[in-house]
Amino acid sequence: MSRDAAKARGEVFAPWLDENAEPLIRFDRVTKKFGDFVAIDDLSIDIYEREFFALLGPSGCGKTTLMRMLAGFETPTTGKIMLAGKNIGPIPANKRPVNMMFQSYALFPHLTVADNIAFGLKRSDMPKDQIAARVDEMLGLVQLKKFGGRKPHQISGGQRQRVALARALAKSPKLLLLDEPLAALDRKLREETQFELMDIQEKLGTTFVIVTHDQEEAMTVASRVAVMDHGQLIQVATPEAIYETPNSRYVADFIGDINLIEGAVKSVARDIAEISWAESMEPLRATAPEGLTKGANCCFAIRPEKVSISAERPEKAANALPGKVIDIGYLGNMSTYHVELANGQMVKAQVPNQNRLSRHAFTWEDAVWVSFTATAGLVLTA
Amino acid sequence: MNRRFSWFNATSLTLGFAFLYLPILILVIYSFNESKLVTVWAGFSTKWYGELFRNQAFMDAAIVTLKVAVVSSTLATILGTMAAYVLVRGGRFMGRTLFSGMIYAPLVVPDVITGLSLLLLFISIGLDRGVGTIVLAHATFSMCYVSVVVSSRLVSFDRSLEEAALDLGCTPWDAFRSVTLPIIAPAVIAGWLLAFTLSLDDLVIASFASGPSATTLPMKIFSAVRLGVSPEINALSTILISIVTVGVVTSSLLTKRASVRRQQQERAAIAEG
Ligand SMILES: Nc1ncnc2c1ncn2[C@@H]1O[C@H](COP(=O)(O)OP(=O)(O)O)[C@@H](O)[C@H]1O
Ligand SMILES: [Mg+2]
Repeated sequence: MSRDAAKARGEVFAPWLDENAEPLIRFDRVTKKFGDFVAIDDLSIDIYEREFFALLGPSGCGKTTLMRMLAGFETPTTGKIMLAGKNIGPIPANKRPVNMMFQSYALFPHLTVADNIAFGLKRSDMPKDQIAARVDEMLGLVQLKKFGGRKPHQISGGQRQRVALARALAKSPKLLLLDEPLAALDRKLREETQFELMDIQEKLGTTFVIVTHDQEEAMTVASRVAVMDHGQLIQVATPEAIYETPNSRYVADFIGDINLIEGAVKSVARDIAEISWAESMEPLRATAPEGLTKGANCCFAIRPEKVSISAERPEKAANALPGKVIDIGYLGNMSTYHVELANGQMVKAQVPNQNRLSRHAFTWEDAVWVSFTATAGLVLTA
Repeated sequence: MNRRFSWFNATSLTLGFAFLYLPILILVIYSFNESKLVTVWAGFSTKWYGELFRNQAFMDAAIVTLKVAVVSSTLATILGTMAAYVLVRGGRFMGRTLFSGMIYAPLVVPDVITGLSLLLLFISIGLDRGVGTIVLAHATFSMCYVSVVVSSRLVSFDRSLEEAALDLGCTPWDAFRSVTLPIIAPAVIAGWLLAFTLSLDDLVIASFASGPSATTLPMKIFSAVRLGVSPEINALSTILISIVTVGVVTSSLLTKRASVRRQQQERAAIAEG
């Protein structure tokens, strides 16, 4: 069942919610140490067939190490990695049904584009006469039919990236690993290529695991995103869930723009928590997560686009705070207002620019009110 | 900085080159001397080259020398490449520093010591000295040169190319043969040429390692010169110099051109994005 077919029937592709689904990959309490340095720290994760799974995190958090363990270039210090129910620990890299697209592309400079793609096929049990056809098919898939005879240094960076993809896909691996595949491309090409990658992934139904430090890229392509820090998984969820309901300050801050206000729980009543955060300021009201206790330290988090800005105090807003405009950032489709509240706390509010010629409603030093509903923000305790 | 060609620079350059090449130039000129007297010029002639090719003793020595050079440089290339590969790729293993120091030691150990120690080894294991022992001796001292040339290429070699080969189903040996070797081939060939020329002009180590049955050209020349320099020797030396020059120049061009081309390609790649 492809994701397209599932979509057509209105089903949602979410095997991770199905208790009976068998994961394609299972990391079972995997730790990887380099000397004394712990690169991967007791990590467990399930990845399902046909997923487009993104590993996201700052540089040095262990993304590449995780991927290299899947490819077979590193062995876990402790723990097990299962692929389709089999422990792949003892299987060397060249025997795994896994292929990798390298960050540097690692195209063989002495071979033509077609020979690069055929390289893996020649070392498989595919009969010789079928190899040429398969190479042709892969060249078609990445729209490089005319370039089969060129050497890697005779094509552009974007084309090289596609050759690397075609080479890694040629053997029809069960799992394709992509280590920062688009990092070397410029922004426009990168965005186009993201959609191409998604198309190809849906067409082939191969499981993709992609490493990236670009959160927009992860959010665009992935069915699920794993946010990593210091060799640990902080949150694994769909892009929407990661954005709308981050489980911690770290994830909230890492993904997109967000206002974070430190405070303490003053009271919890009927799902609504009141958070005191500064003397002389009204407490903030927000939906309480389960298990929130009075007096606990917490962090109130709200996305700038969920904050409204007005000249007068809005009548029915659950939260309204007075302040003055310090800075205005014009982003084309949006403007971001930086508002300083009475106690010095900065709050960002993002407002869409709907009319081309309308002047900004507010300007520097204007006294304004920022407001938001009780369900717009989040209370984070981690 | 003043980059113009000053008189001081010109003089130093001339003096330096004169110091280096005047003796060789004189030798080459006198190899075309008509007269039998080495120091008296009597007109241009190539007759000594003809004499040379009719001299059986010299021809035998030349054949021994070529045989030794080809076999020993091939052996040195195989061993030197393997050593370079282990040093660059092997990661940290027990005794790595010791190993790398020991590989490069023959670069600085005097030839006399190398020769003497090899001689003692051959005697103590009862090896009959002859062509075989010269080959072994030459391979021993020239493999470190090969290893230097090849490892400098391997250091700049993108390791992920080998991993990509493994990932696509190669065994480690297959990855080396079908990816690493073709890419480092210019350095390996340069190393071979270097080893070849080193073997060709070695006198000291060959003298220690050889027995009565085998004489190389440099040994032959050395013993002939003790009876007096003949124009034939000049002719022979000129030929040797030509071969060595071609070898060394080709070897350095191979290394240089490959690295220049690599840089150009990398620049082009970055420019294209
Ligand atoms: N072979 C290695 N030896 C020692 N340390 C390593 C090795 N590979 C990676 N590391 C360390 O492990 C950490 C994680 O690296 P990596 O997985 O490459 O991070 P990322 O891909 O997320 O940027 C880094 O701090 C890095 O220095
Ligand atoms: Mg990385």
